[in-house]
Amino acid sequence: MIYDLLIIGAGPAGLAAARAAVAAGAQVALIESHHIGGNCLHEGCIPSKTLIRSAQLIAEMRDAPCVGVDAPAEIPVDFAAVMARLRRVRDRILRVDSAARLHDEGIALHIGRARFGSADAVDVAGTRLQFKKALIATGSRPLLPDIEGLAAAGFLTNESVFALTRLPPSLLVIGGGPLGCELAQAFARFGCRTLISHSEPLFLPREERDAAQMVAHALAHDGVEIHLNCQIVAVRMQGGRKHVTMVIDGNESTTVVDEILTGINRLPCVQGLDLEQAGVAYDVGSGIQVDDFLRTRNPRIYAAGDVCLEHAFTNSAEASARIVVRNALQRGRQRLSALTVPWCTYTEPQVAHVGLYVRQARAQGIPVKTYTVPMHDVVRAITDGDEDGFVKIHVREGSDRILGATIVGRNAGELINNVSLAMVAGLGLRRLADVIHAYPTQGEAVRLAAQACVRSLAAKLPATNKEAA
Amino acid sequence: MRTNAALPPAAAAAEALSPDDEAMLDGLQRAAFDYFVQHGRRSNGLVADTSRPGSHASIAVIGFALSAYPVGVERGWMTRDEALLRCLAALRFFGDSDQSGKADSTGCHGFYFHFLHMESGRRAWKCEVSLIDTALLVAGMLTAAAYFTSANAGEAEVRALVDTLYRRVDWCWAQPQDAAVVHGWKPGSGFLNYGWEGYSEALLLYALGLGSPTQSLTEASFPAWTGTYQWENLYGIDFLYAGPLFIHQFSHAWIDFRGIRDGFMREKGCDYFENSRRATYVQREYAIRNPRSFAGYDANGWGLSAGDGPSTPRQRLAGRRQSFYGYAARGVPWGPDDGTLSGPAVVSSLVFAPEIALPAVRRLLARGAAAGDGRVRASGYNDTVKAASPGAAAGWVSPGMFGLDQGMIVLMLENFRTGLVWRLMRGSAPIRRGLQRAGFDGGWLGEAVPP
Repeated sequence: MIYDLLIIGAGPAGLAAARAAVAAGAQVALIESHHIGGNCLHEGCIPSKTLIRSAQLIAEMRDAPCVGVDAPAEIPVDFAAVMARLRRVRDRILRVDSAARLHDEGIALHIGRARFGSADAVDVAGTRLQFKKALIATGSRPLLPDIEGLAAAGFLTNESVFALTRLPPSLLVIGGGPLGCELAQAFARFGCRTLISHSEPLFLPREERDAAQMVAHALAHDGVEIHLNCQIVAVRMQGGRKHVTMVIDGNESTTVVDEILTGINRLPCVQGLDLEQAGVAYDVGSGIQVDDFLRTRNPRIYAAGDVCLEHAFTNSAEASARIVVRNALQRGRQRLSALTVPWCTYTEPQVAHVGLYVRQARAQGIPVKTYTVPMHDVVRAITDGDEDGFVKIHVREGSDRILGATIVGRNAGELINNVSLAMVAGLGLRRLADVIHAYPTQGEAVRLAAQACVRSLAAKLPATNKEAA
Repeated sequence: MRTNAALPPAAAAAEALSPDDEAMLDGLQRAAFDYFVQHGRRSNGLVADTSRPGSHASIAVIGFALSAYPVGVERGWMTRDEALLRCLAALRFFGDSDQSGKADSTGCHGFYFHFLHMESGRRAWKCEVSLIDTALLVAGMLTAAAYFTSANAGEAEVRALVDTLYRRVDWCWAQPQDAAVVHGWKPGSGFLNYGWEGYSEALLLYALGLGSPTQSLTEASFPAWTGTYQWENLYGIDFLYAGPLFIHQFSHAWIDFRGIRDGFMREKGCDYFENSRRATYVQREYAIRNPRSFAGYDANGWGLSAGDGPSTPRQRLAGRRQSFYGYAARGVPWGPDDGTLSGPAVVSSLVFAPEIALPAVRRLLARGAAAGDGRVRASGYNDTVKAASPGAAAGWVSPGMFGLDQGMIVLMLENFRTGLVWRLMRGSAPIRRGLQRAGFDGGWLGEAVPP
C-alpha cells in the first residue's frame, strides 16, 4: 500500500494532521516511537498547567486575608497528591488519543523508530512504508546546558520533573524562559526554596521589557531567589547536595540546592531519521528547513510543529499541520507566514502576546503607536484585586490597523484571544470599541484601548471633518 | 506642534512666579548648591555621592558639581575664583588619573569608574566603568568649559583640559558588537551584559558620544537605540514611554530640547521637552488613581523616580502584601511602587509643567518644614510606612542627601529661572555636533552659535 500521507510523530502536529487528512479521505499512516500525545501532553503544557493550578490555589489561600477571608497560617501541601492529580489529568486527556481510538478513526498507527529509506519510503519496525506525501512532525527535545559537573550531579528536565512524587527542599531552575518561570513560581508556592538563574538581564527574552519585569517582580513576591545575568559554571556533589557555582557580572558565588531543573530550552528532533536518504535539508539547531508552504527540499515531504518552527507552541504546531494537509493533499497554497499565533506564559500574572512587537514593527519601518490600558483602570480587575498588568495594543500610527498586542494579567491568555480574533478577521481597533462587553469583565480592557484609539484618531481629524466622523 | 487634548497648553513658566515663590525656590536652590560646597574636596575636586559618613565620590555627582559652580557664581553664592579652583582641581585630577583599567585604577578608554575613593580617586567597591555616569561627568566638564571663557590662564586651562578629556573618551570602544552601546565594563569580566533598550537618560550619552571629533559612536548607534522606543497612549496622553521621572529629566539638565527634533520626534509631531511635560502629567494621573492606595498620593503628591526608599520588611497594606524596595528606580505605571516619592523629581518638573509642579513643591516644603525634615531634597520619602507604624510621627524620609538630587535641583531650577545651563550648552560644539549627527534639527540648532 502507498499511503497518501505518512506522518512521523504523534504529537499535536501529527495528530492534527492525521485527523484532518482522514477527514479529507486520505489513507494515513502515523508513526510514533515514544508516546502518543507528544511533549505537550506528557512533559509540557498539560502537566505544567495542572501543577500551576494547585500552586495558584496555595497563593490564593496565602493572600485570602487580604480580601477578608481567614486562612490557616500554614497551608499544608500534599505534593504526592498534587502529582497524582497531574497524572490523572494526563490520562484523562489521553483517552481521546488512544491507539485504539486512532485505529477506529481510520489511522494506521505504527509504533517504532522511523527512518527514511528513500525519497518516498520510511522503514519502521522492520516494515517499509511507501508514501505519496509525508509529514515530519517529530517535535523537539530538551537542550541541556554544557555545565561542568552537571551530568554527574544529576538534574531534572521537563521530562522528569513531572514524575516527582516528593517536593524537593530546594530547587535551582536554570533558564528564565516561559516554562522555567512558570515552574519556578509554582515550586516556590509549594514551599520549596526556589532559585532561578537566567543568562540575560531579563526573563522571557522574547517579551517586552515591562512584561518581563512584571514577571520578575511576581517571582520575587512569591519568594523565588532571582539571579539574572547569571552563568552557572559548575556543579559538584558534596554531602548529598548540589553545590552550584555561578558568576554574575564577574562575581563568583556558590549556592547549595537539592535539585536542579534545566533543559528548559528545546532542540528539534531531527537525528536518527536518515533525512539525507530523503533529500531533506536540516540544521541540528534550527531544525528541518521548510519554505513558507512548509515544504522541505524534497517536494513530497513537509514538516510541521517544533521540528521546523521558530516557536515551539502546541497551537502553532496544530495550525501548521493543518496547513500541510491542505497544501500536500488538497492543492492548497496556504502560507505559514499568514498565521496569527497568540501565545501565553502562565506565570501569575500571565504574559500573552500576538502579532508584532513594537521593535519588530519599527525594524520594518512601520510607525507604531501603542494604546495602553493598565489593569488598574479596569473595574473588574479592581474588584478582583488583579490590578497588576496591562493591555497594550500596537497599531500603525495614524490608523487603527492592529499590528500586535501584549497583555499581562491574571487572565491574559483568555484576553489575547479577542485581539487575535480581530486581527484574523481584519477588524481595526476602532471596531472593537463598538463591541459591548459583558460588564464588569476584565476583557473590557481591550474595549478601553479601542475607545482610546477612537478618541485619538478623532482628535487628529481636521476640525471640519470632526462632525462627520 | 501637536498637543494632547488631555493636557493644558504649556504655561509661561517663570514669569508666573510670585515673590514668595521666588524666595522659596531661591532658598531651595541655595540649600542644594551648598551640598557641593560641603561635600566636595577642594584638593582634588571629587564630590561625595551622598552626605552620609564615609561616602565615596560619584563621577556623576562631580559632573553636576562642575555645572553647579557656574550657577553659584552667577547667583553670588560662590566667587568665580573659588568655582574656578574647584573645577580645575577636578579636571586636573581626571587628566592625571590612572586610565589603565586595572582593578584599582580610575578608568580606561577615557571613561571612569562609577564610584571613586574620595582621597585617592581610585575605584571604590567593585563598581563598573560606567558609560552614563561618565556622560554626566563630561556634560559637567563641557558646562564648565562653556562658562569659563575669559582669557586668563586658569580659565584657559579649564577649556584646554576639557577639550583633552572629551577627546580622550573612546566612545566607540563601548560598541563591542555592532551598533548597540553597552552600559559598562568591569576588569576581569569585561562588558556588562546590558544594553540600552527603550527611552532613557542615555539621550545625553548618545549626544555626547556622537559629538566627539575623535572616537565617536557610529551614526548607526542612535537609530539602533531609538528603534527600541515605545510611543504610547496612556491615561489619554500620547508620549514616549519611560517609567521613572528621572529618565525624562536628566538629559534636560544640560540640553534644551525645546523645538529641536530627531527623526522619531518628527514622526510623532513632538519634541523631548514636550514629551517630558506629558510624562509629568502621566505621573500625576497615576498618583490621582493611586492604585495601591498609598498615603500622600494625589494631585499634589506624585513623583516616582530613582531614589532611596525604606527597606522595611513586607507589610500587609490596603488588602495586599506590600514589599519595600530600598534604593530602586520606581516608575509609573508599572512600578515598582512602594509608596515612596521623590521630592527632587518634582522640583525638576517645574521647568516642564510649573502649573502642576509648583503646588506640589509648595506642599512638600510646607510639610517638610512642619515635620522638621528635608523631604523636598531627600532622595525619597514614604508616608505609607508612617501610616503602618503608629510610633513614627513624621513618616519615613531618606536620611541625608544624595548628590545627584542636589545637582538636579540646582540645574533644573536654574533652567527654570534663567535658562543659564541650557544657554551655555547651546553654544557647546560637541553638543551641537552630537545632536545633529543624531538627526536633530530645527529650533536653536538652526541658529548661529551665540557669542
